[in-house]
Amino acid sequence: MLERRRVRVSGVVQGVGFRPFVYRLAQELDLAGWVRNDAHGVEMEVQGLPGNISALLVRMVKEAPRLARVDQVDTSGRAPDLEDRGFTIRPSRGGAVTTAIGVDTAVCPDCLAELFDPTDRRWRYPFINCTQCGPRYTITHSLPYDRANTSMARFVQCEACQDEYDAPTHRRFHAEPNACPVCGPALSYYRIDGVRVATRDPVADALLAILSGQVVAIKGLGGFNLVCDARNPEAVERLRARKARGGKPFAVMVLNGASARRYARLDADEAALLDGPERPIVLLEKRPEADLDLWGVAPELDRIGLMLPNTPLHYLLFHDEAGRPDGRGWLDAEQPLALVVTSANPGGEPLVIDNEAAMRRLQGLADFVLTHDRDILVRADDSVMRVVDRAPMSIRRGRGYTPQAIRIGRKGPPVLATGGYLKNAICLTRGDEAFLSQHVGDLDNAASCVAMDEAIAHLSKVLACTPEWIACDRHPDFHATRVAHALAQERGLPLVEVQHHHAHIAAVLAEHGLTEPALGLALDGVGLGDDGTAWGGELLHVDGARCERLGHLRPLRLPGGDRAAREPWRMAASALFALGQADRIAERFGHLKGADRLAGMLERGTRCPPTSSMGRWFDAAAGLLGVCEVMQYEGEAAMRLEALAAGYGPVLPRYGSWSVDQDRVLDLGGLLAGLVDETVPARGAAVFHTTLIAALEQWVADAARATGVRTVALGGGCFLNALVTEGLTRRLGTRGLTVLRAGRAPTHDGGLALGQAWVAIAHAME
Amino acid sequence: LSHGAGGRVSAQLVRELFARHFANPALDAGDDGAVLPAPGPGERLVMATDAHVVSPLFFPGGDIGCLSVHGTINDVAVMGARPLYLSASFILEEGYPLADLARIVESMARAAREAGVPVVTGDTKVVEQGKGDGVFISTTGLGALPAGRTLSGNQARPGDAILVSGTMGDHGMAIMAQRESLAFDSEIVSDTAALHGLIAQLLEAAPSVRVLRDPTRGGLATTLNEIASQSGVGMVLEEKAIPVREQVDAACELLGLDPLYVANEGKLVVVVPAEHAEAALAALRAHPLGSDAARIGEIVEDANAFVQIRTGFGGKRMVDWLSGEQLPRIC
Ligand SMILES: [Fe+3]
Ligand SMILES: [Mg+2]
Ligand SMILES: [Zn+2]
Ligand SMILES: [Zn+2]
Repeated sequence: MLERRRVRVSGVVQGVGFRPFVYRLAQELDLAGWVRNDAHGVEMEVQGLPGNISALLVRMVKEAPRLARVDQVDTSGRAPDLEDRGFTIRPSRGGAVTTAIGVDTAVCPDCLAELFDPTDRRWRYPFINCTQCGPRYTITHSLPYDRANTSMARFVQCEACQDEYDAPTHRRFHAEPNACPVCGPALSYYRIDGVRVATRDPVADALLAILSGQVVAIKGLGGFNLVCDARNPEAVERLRARKARGGKPFAVMVLNGASARRYARLDADEAALLDGPERPIVLLEKRPEADLDLWGVAPELDRIGLMLPNTPLHYLLFHDEAGRPDGRGWLDAEQPLALVVTSANPGGEPLVIDNEAAMRRLQGLADFVLTHDRDILVRADDSVMRVVDRAPMSIRRGRGYTPQAIRIGRKGPPVLATGGYLKNAICLTRGDEAFLSQHVGDLDNAASCVAMDEAIAHLSKVLACTPEWIACDRHPDFHATRVAHALAQERGLPLVEVQHHHAHIAAVLAEHGLTEPALGLALDGVGLGDDGTAWGGELLHVDGARCERLGHLRPLRLPGGDRAAREPWRMAASALFALGQADRIAERFGHLKGADRLAGMLERGTRCPPTSSMGRWFDAAAGLLGVCEVMQYEGEAAMRLEALAAGYGPVLPRYGSWSVDQDRVLDLGGLLAGLVDETVPARGAAVFHTTLIAALEQWVADAARATGVRTVALGGGCFLNALVTEGLTRRLGTRGLTVLRAGRAPTHDGGLALGQAWVAIAHAME
Repeated sequence: LSHGAGGRVSAQLVRELFARHFANPALDAGDDGAVLPAPGPGERLVMATDAHVVSPLFFPGGDIGCLSVHGTINDVAVMGARPLYLSASFILEEGYPLADLARIVESMARAAREAGVPVVTGDTKVVEQGKGDGVFISTTGLGALPAGRTLSGNQARPGDAILVSGTMGDHGMAIMAQRESLAFDSEIVSDTAALHGLIAQLLEAAPSVRVLRDPTRGGLATTLNEIASQSGVGMVLEEKAIPVREQVDAACELLGLDPLYVANEGKLVVVVPAEHAEAALAALRAHPLGSDAARIGEIVEDANAFVQIRTGFGGKRMVDWLSGEQLPRIC
């Protein structure tokens, strides 16, 4: 009773140890046949007892390697071949590439065990990896994913490494970046002036420099980081001054969950995210005592971003600090070492990735450079995540997450979407998969604009995908928009300009694969609206390519345009003006330059464009409460307002302090009026949040009743605010509405391209 | 001023106002066109035209009259030509006070006289009330370009220096402050001026100058982007080197405007080979209209033709080529 079946597996199945895994399963189940990689994934033929073949199919999905993701398995019958006895791994077969690319992954437990085993030939070797861990995307320039197409190409494996690489049962079978101290990359250590430090132990030297208060640039998977001792306030302050960072919080690396608990409270979901193979920075609830140990790291905020080591090199620093113990017992013990780890991106430009540029561009930022000779080919910032309502929420998508595909529930022609102005990311689709690029950066500098162009070129190449449609924002003055127009014209492709908030909502629908009409609540900064004004607090009805504005926030004036987005006191002045209390502007903000003129500007409407932006209402509240008058970094006012509200605890909403008119314009003027004379900022912040949630609930629920649409998608930058997101989700849920929000793509402009692409596909399908 | 009263009123207006103020032999002949001598041997003609619309018509430092003379003279002069003649046509709105019109014409005539560029032909139309905005003036200028001289926006080369002849944003901010009744500690005055004298002095000292422009509407940022894209080069500017008057800077800060996008009416942008930059700068500074001249950056190789500016923190920011006014774009 011999059976033979042909099996095709698609998903993330290449470069993750899938073939050796199948090989071992086949051996165990006494099956004959073969397995190989092809353009679509993995293909195999298995022959044996029908029960054993079924077992293989089940276990292949259930026990798949940790980095693999099986999306689809197709089987078909074949005539048994009685001659076929053994099971073999066959050479790859080329063709059009549609398989997914692997992501960069933190060093795995097996490799860690070897790393700290003094008898292992890779003891303390910073480039240890296997099919279950290590660099992928950031070292690959083209497909197929073979060593020759990575920056490991120039390192010829030694005999011992080659044997592992060739052994089907070894966990380094076809581990493309496989290396050891004999044949692989090596560390080097420089002074920032480019002079190489003669040392046999760069890691020890670097740690010593860090512990003595200096800043060391360390090459990570996706770029250089600047690292200093987070427990040394002078070092932290120096780094802050050098980066001209204002009060913007730093992320901190600690050894493990136990060490993280010293500074933050974390639940099981957060612990899992922190320790996951992607190793993102996770924004966690900061312990109040943490500020004493980590002075100046995350000032005035209730959250702190922590991360665990992701490369073997990071672990070596902690290993040194622990006194280089043998074995892996120390990995679970609490350790006090805490390192500030921040992107080495001078002046807001993209992350530095190559050695020569590190010496040149990090002058004045770092004191030393700890680097190596394995080149980074693709830039990827550390990812930032947060858990909201038990679900992970992306704040910055980078290392570990790109280029994971997002299935969008709609198949269409390949679309290139170019995203927004700030926190730009681009998106390319292939079939029903969307590939949202890593965080590119703010397109206010040329280097980021060039990085965006490179991201487009690189993503198109590694996906072997040529866009047939182009999508972009409607704002004419984004580099992203100009590039989209130029590409569409050059290549004669159809171009879809997607309204900013339509795209925000579409991004959420895309992530959830929803194709039915939905309500969209976009709470955002500003985006150009259909009427040419600045929108940002919108109640929309989205049906694929169509988007109808059902309602919006009552517009406030933006005194001084974009300047008002950085100076919350201007929005507070605008609110006072709207409340008929313009005479109080000078009284409240007299200590600020221009305060005496602002009332006049508002009166005449000089450079005071109206905006329905929710973000600016937050700024107005922060300004009125005196929480933040001039921002030092983007989002500061809203973040500090949220921190205060969270600290104050629950309050009752102020019913009657908002109204909705027959055009479904939501006016929160009464709510702000109540804050003007509030003497306890935290109480004001709490009232603002709670009342806002109640107002939004009523606004959305009424629209749901009127339209009969029961699903509402929440999109836009304001949903980074967990109080609003959790509160509103819960309350809309009790109204029987299905609430969708962003998780894998950022809810802010970093996810815009995904929504643009989704809308373009909807257009193409019509 | 009334509309449609036939030829007589018009003729009277022309005779009493325009002919009197602009008096010169070519105009005085009273014919339909002006008869003018040909320029010198080997010289080519340069012609430029500009329609002037400004609100308010009178502003600190000038009015639409002198502005319409300066603007067109400057367009001719930045081509490297000697401005010779102007034409002027007026579109007047019925009901516009004659006294104000007279002030405008006087100012215009004075500007032409001081510049030594006569208005040799002109025309006037009166439109119904509500169909105009007081006064519109179109001027055309004719100039002579010496043999062998070519100035064009496509000649900037990597390594060249970028100079400006003075402070940026004065005109636009003067207009804005006046229009919006914004009072500042000291009045902001338009820089409107004819630049051909300054240019002649500059070209004499530095004949190798490659590009000259007057950064009018859209300001320095727009002009530099135009040059960058015409020449296929990039630019890197030094923020702290760009002269901006303190009160203009303060006004821009209040209004959330970038002075690099604010109009000038009496300033030059100069692109000159680096080795002649100092000579050019000295020549500019030696002229009363160029006393605040500065070297503000350099031309670099860049296929993207990006204009960048180095800011205080050592970072570099894009000086974007905006499609129009500065729209909010921070999400
Ligand atoms: Fe947005
Ligand atoms: Mg002009
Ligand atoms: Zn491993
Ligand atoms: Zn080796």
